[in-house]
Amino acid sequence: MSTYADPYASSRETTEGTVFSVTGGDWDSLVTEIGQAKEERVVVNMGPQHPSTHGVLRLVLELEGETVTEVRCGIGYLHTGIEKNIEFRNWTQATTFVTRMDYLAPLFNEAAYCLGVEKLLGITNDVPEKANVIRVMMMEFNRISSHMVALGTGALELGALSPMIFCFREREKVLDIFEFISGLRMNMAYIRPGGVAQDLPAGAVEKILATVKDLRHSFKDNEKLLVGNSIWMKRTEGIGYLDLAGATTLGVTGPVIRATGLPLDLRKIQPYSGYENYKFDVVTADTCDVYGRFLIRINELEQSLRIIEQCAEKLKSLEGAPVMVADKKIAWPAQLAIGADGMGNSLNHIREIMGTSMESLIHHFKLVTEGFRVPAGQVYSAVESPRGELGAHVVSDGGTRPYRVHFREPSFNNLQSTSAMCEGSMVADIIGAVASIDPVMGGVDR
Amino acid sequence: MSDDQQGMFGAAGTGDTSGYGGLVRATAADGSSQRPFGGYFDQVADDLERAYPDFADAIERVVVDRGELTLHIKRERLVEVALILRDKLKFEMSMGVSGVHYPDDKNRELHAVYHLLSVTNNQRIRLEVSVPDIDPHIPSLVEVWGGSNWNERETFDMFGIIFDGHPGLTRILMPDDWQGHPQRKDYALGGIGVEYKGAVTPPPSDRRSYK
Repeated sequence: MSTYADPYASSRETTEGTVFSVTGGDWDSLVTEIGQAKEERVVVNMGPQHPSTHGVLRLVLELEGETVTEVRCGIGYLHTGIEKNIEFRNWTQATTFVTRMDYLAPLFNEAAYCLGVEKLLGITNDVPEKANVIRVMMMEFNRISSHMVALGTGALELGALSPMIFCFREREKVLDIFEFISGLRMNMAYIRPGGVAQDLPAGAVEKILATVKDLRHSFKDNEKLLVGNSIWMKRTEGIGYLDLAGATTLGVTGPVIRATGLPLDLRKIQPYSGYENYKFDVVTADTCDVYGRFLIRINELEQSLRIIEQCAEKLKSLEGAPVMVADKKIAWPAQLAIGADGMGNSLNHIREIMGTSMESLIHHFKLVTEGFRVPAGQVYSAVESPRGELGAHVVSDGGTRPYRVHFREPSFNNLQSTSAMCEGSMVADIIGAVASIDPVMGGVDR
Repeated sequence: MSDDQQGMFGAAGTGDTSGYGGLVRATAADGSSQRPFGGYFDQVADDLERAYPDFADAIERVVVDRGELTLHIKRERLVEVALILRDKLKFEMSMGVSGVHYPDDKNRELHAVYHLLSVTNNQRIRLEVSVPDIDPHIPSLVEVWGGSNWNERETFDMFGIIFDGHPGLTRILMPDDWQGHPQRKDYALGGIGVEYKGAVTPPPSDRRSYK
C-alpha cells in the first residue's frame, strides 16, 4: 500500500521517527489549497462540542454543496487512561474504574471485566446462581436504560422533542431500581469478581415486577410517537446504509449488524451468566438502515422485560441464597448495606471486626488492602452490551493487580463505520447515522 | 512471561523490614500445549494445517489455556495466516487488537493480540505476534479486516508498535504531539500527591503496595 500526501495528516521526520499531525494549526494552508481548486469544496468541522455528537466526537466533513464526500472521525477527547490506571489498583478496585467507561452501560463494563477475572481464577462455575440471576436482571434493566437514551437523544437530534421526554421518564424508573438495589444510579461497581456487591433489599422482587408492568405500559407511548410516523420514516429509511459485508469487515456488532439480518447476539450464541436458561428472541431487521436499527432497539425493550420477569420468578425461590463465591480468599469480606449516612459496610460486619473477632479484622484487612492473587495467563471474555460485543482482554502475571486489561469497546469499532455510512449522503443524514450507531464517547476513548 | 518476581510488597530499596519483601513468587510461563487440545481447537488446528502447508514454520507455538486457543505466529507470516483464517476457516470478524508490553520477555517485548470470531462456526481464537522493542514492526491487517484500522492505530498510540502498510498510522486517543506511548510498562502513571492536614498521599504509582 502506498502512502499519500494527506491534507489532514501531514507528517514530518524527527529523531524519534515520523511524527504525524492530524489536527495541527494547518487550517490556513488547507484553506489556501482549497481556494486554488476549481470545484466548490468545503471542509467543515462538526464537533467536538456539538449537541448531536453524543459527547465529544469530532467529525471533519468535506462537502460539495449539501452532499458529503468525505467524513473523518476525530476521537480521544474523553480519553481518561482507565486501562492504565487499573494496572495500579487491585483486581476488585478495578471494577470502580471500568464502570465509568461506557457510562450508559456501567453494568456491562463490570460484567465483561468480572467474567474475565473469574475465568482467570477458574471460578466461573462457582459463582452462585443468585448472583448470576441478579447480574442478568441488572444488565437487562441497564439495556433498557441505555436504549432509552439512544432512542430519546436520537429522536431529539432529528428534531422530535417529545420522545426524549418519555424516554428519560422511563429511564428514570430504571435508575430508581438501580438506586434501590445498589445504592447508586450510575457507575455502581455492583458486579464484583465472584458475585455482586450486596444482596437484594427486602421487597425488591415486588418492586421489580411493578416497574416491569409500568415500563411495558409506558413503552407504548414511544412506539406510538415514532413507529410508522411518516416524518420519522422519511428521516430514517434508507439512511446510513451499511450491509452485512461492510459490517463484518469493519467489526461492527450490536443493533447495527442485527439490522442487516444477522442474528449475532452473544446472549444466544455464546451464553454467559446463565443466559441459556432464559427464553427470549434475538431481534433483527433486514433494512440495513437507521430505521431498522431504531426498530431493533424498540423491540429489544420487550425482550429485556421478558428476561427480567423470568429473573424475578427465579429470585422468588432464591431468598437468602449467597450472592458471592464461597471461597473466602476471594470473596469480599463484608456485605454492603445502606445505612442512614449512605452505602457502606454493614454495621453487623463492623461490629464483628471491631468488637469481637481479631481474626475477622485481619482477614478483612488482608483482602481489602492486598486483595487476592490471580494465576498468570490471559483470557478474553465478551458480553452483549446494548451497543454490541463488549470484550475484555484480561492479562495477569500472577499478582494482586491486573497486568493489562484491554477493552474491546463496541462503540469504538462501530464508530469506524461512520465514513462508510455517510459518504455520499446529505449533511443532515449524518446526524441520523451517528445516532443510530449510538456511540458513547466514554467507551470509545476510555 | 517473565521470570520469578521477588518481593511482594512495596517498592524496591525501601525500609521494609518485615521480611515480607523477601518472598519469591513464580510467574509461571504459559508454555505450549500438546494435542489433543480439546473442544473445537483440534478441528481448527487440523483445518489450518491442511489449508496452510507452512503451518509448522509459521506457528511458533499453540497454547490452550482456560478454554481458549492462542496461536503464536511469526510476524512475517501473519498476513498469510490471517487470510487463510478469514477465507478458509471462516473467521469473518476481527474483534480488535490489544497490545501487551512484557519488558522482561527479551527480544519479544511487545505483543499484539488479535481476537478473531467466526460467526459461521461460532468459534473464537486468538493470534499473538511478538516483536522486539528495538524493531517494533508488524504487518498491518487492515487489508484483511478493515476494522483493524482504528484498532491498530490505538495499539500504535499506546505501545509504539508500527503496523507496516497501514493507510494512516496516526495517534488516535492521545494528542498528536504527545511524547511516548502511555500503556508501556516503562511509562509512568504520573499523578500528584494529595496533601491533607500535613500528611501526603502519594500518587498511586509511588505508593508502597502489594504486587
